[in-house]
Amino acid sequence: MEWDAIRLSLALAGWTLAFLLPAGIVLARWLATARFAGRHWVEGLLALPLVLPPTVLGYYLLVAMGGSSSLGRWFQAATGTTLAFSFMGLVAASLLFNLPFAVQPIQRAIEAIDPDVREAAVCCGMTPWQTLLRIELPLAWPGVLSAAVLTFAHTLGEFGVVLMVGGNIPGETRTVALAIYDRAQSFDTGAAGSMSLMLLAVSFLTIAVSYGLGNRVPGTRRRR
Amino acid sequence: MSLRVEVRHERPPLDLRLELPEGAITSVVGPSGSGKTSTLRLVAGLWAPSEGSITFGGTTWFASRARINLPPRDRSIGVVPQRYALFPHLTARQNVEAALLHLPGAQRTPRAEAALARAHVAGLGARYPHELSGGQQQRVAVARAIAREPRVLLLDEPFSSVDRSTRKHLYAELKRLHAELGCTVMLVTHDLDEAALLSSHLCLIRRGRLVQAGATQDVLARPESAEAARLLDYVNVFRASLASHDTDRHLSRLDWHGVPLAAPLDDRFRAGQRVDWVISHAEVLPADAGGHLATDNIVRTTVRDVVTLGDDLHVRLAPDPAPALTLHMKVSRHVAFHRHVSAASPLLVRLTPSAIVTMAPSDDGDESGRGHE
Repeated sequence: MEWDAIRLSLALAGWTLAFLLPAGIVLARWLATARFAGRHWVEGLLALPLVLPPTVLGYYLLVAMGGSSSLGRWFQAATGTTLAFSFMGLVAASLLFNLPFAVQPIQRAIEAIDPDVREAAVCCGMTPWQTLLRIELPLAWPGVLSAAVLTFAHTLGEFGVVLMVGGNIPGETRTVALAIYDRAQSFDTGAAGSMSLMLLAVSFLTIAVSYGLGNRVPGTRRRR
Repeated sequence: MSLRVEVRHERPPLDLRLELPEGAITSVVGPSGSGKTSTLRLVAGLWAPSEGSITFGGTTWFASRARINLPPRDRSIGVVPQRYALFPHLTARQNVEAALLHLPGAQRTPRAEAALARAHVAGLGARYPHELSGGQQQRVAVARAIAREPRVLLLDEPFSSVDRSTRKHLYAELKRLHAELGCTVMLVTHDLDEAALLSSHLCLIRRGRLVQAGATQDVLARPESAEAARLLDYVNVFRASLASHDTDRHLSRLDWHGVPLAAPLDDRFRAGQRVDWVISHAEVLPADAGGHLATDNIVRTTVRDVVTLGDDLHVRLAPDPAPALTLHMKVSRHVAFHRHVSAASPLLVRLTPSAIVTMAPSDDGDESGRGHE
């Protein structure tokens, strides 16, 4: 077991969730309720990480974060370290490749809310924020939960993008998925096996628990 | 202090001018797709028309020219949507409290309880919507709508999702509630009987236009056009020429395909002018059904067919002077039996003179008796 890699993976998943969930909710609500021309382009852009090979996404991210890009230079000037091959860079990449996993379930859940219910909230005198916090989010809670679980599990398991953007620096960018790959390459099947089993158990548990909780939200099962 | 609505819009097509008297229940009646729910939604502020204004008393809620469009929370409204749209994850009491977020937290619960009690669902505050019957859901929706003490209550087909017996209770409760609150009520419905029972004023709309408005009893008894008559379920709409006025007897005499008809005096029209006239199918009777032989407004007809609906017979008659037209008669089974009303037999009928309503001829130029086959 490489506890450093496990801790790093958990930290990466945690930071990704902390940034991505609020942003995902706002984005998802906008996409679920706003009508505008060219909406399919925005949705297509958001879904890109689902279909792009991780190496392609990783390559572009590496270029964007590298010392020859303006973003990379700005980050280096501001912090003294490079964005590529750093934990911060990994978090930034993770935010991007997890976008569809965070946005889509929430968007579908908000879209499934009866428009009459949303209008009733408006007629009850609620502001858009009150409607989001008191009506839409509680009703879309299963979607938010599955977005969180998918993002978390996907971050733990992501390999290609992490390798491209982070390299494989122990304690900085070496996640558990990379550690498993390394151990398997060096025929350390014991360590690779125990870490794989742990990832399997954690992923299965979070998903099963989230399904169970999603079914318990009052009223949502009987929603029209 | 009335609610005035004057709006134009392309999609959905609306070109309306309505005035809902303060403190009264006004029904907005029309067939599906007539624009009645759209009208309610624009009064609520859920969408804005391309042009026009909506004012309540001295307050402008919407004015396209002045670019005023108050959000729903700044209009003094309570809305009961068609399927109630209760918040499914909140209890009945929390549903009502959700309309009271402008109050400090401590005041919300007592206000919500009071509103639930007013709507006769005081004991059901802890239940979720899916644990309530249709009638109870409707009452909770009403409680939520009145919780903010709105000056205008907007009801969108509020009785359409409950069974008949519950509906009767809810009618009585709405009347009682209105008497207590005294607010201005806009009731959107396609049900004329409901409108007649509940509202003191009636606006008939069709294809986004106002067809007729006024006191409910006036509108129901005196349609102003063939279009209004058809919306009011008059099936007997015909065209005649005005023969003369008999001011002494307070009558106007019509010539309908050679049959002289007496109608209440209507001096808006001159002798020789074309007019439309309508009569309720309940006011067409076998000629001597009243026990005396009447002498005027007698029409020779042939019974085309007879349909029994409960205790009544709906009879379609071909008037002998114009056999292509159809005159509809509703008569009790008992009277029909004594008058030997049966298909293909001849029948003398009398059109009650006081029940004939004359009006300016419609543009379609066709007698609608033909169109109601």
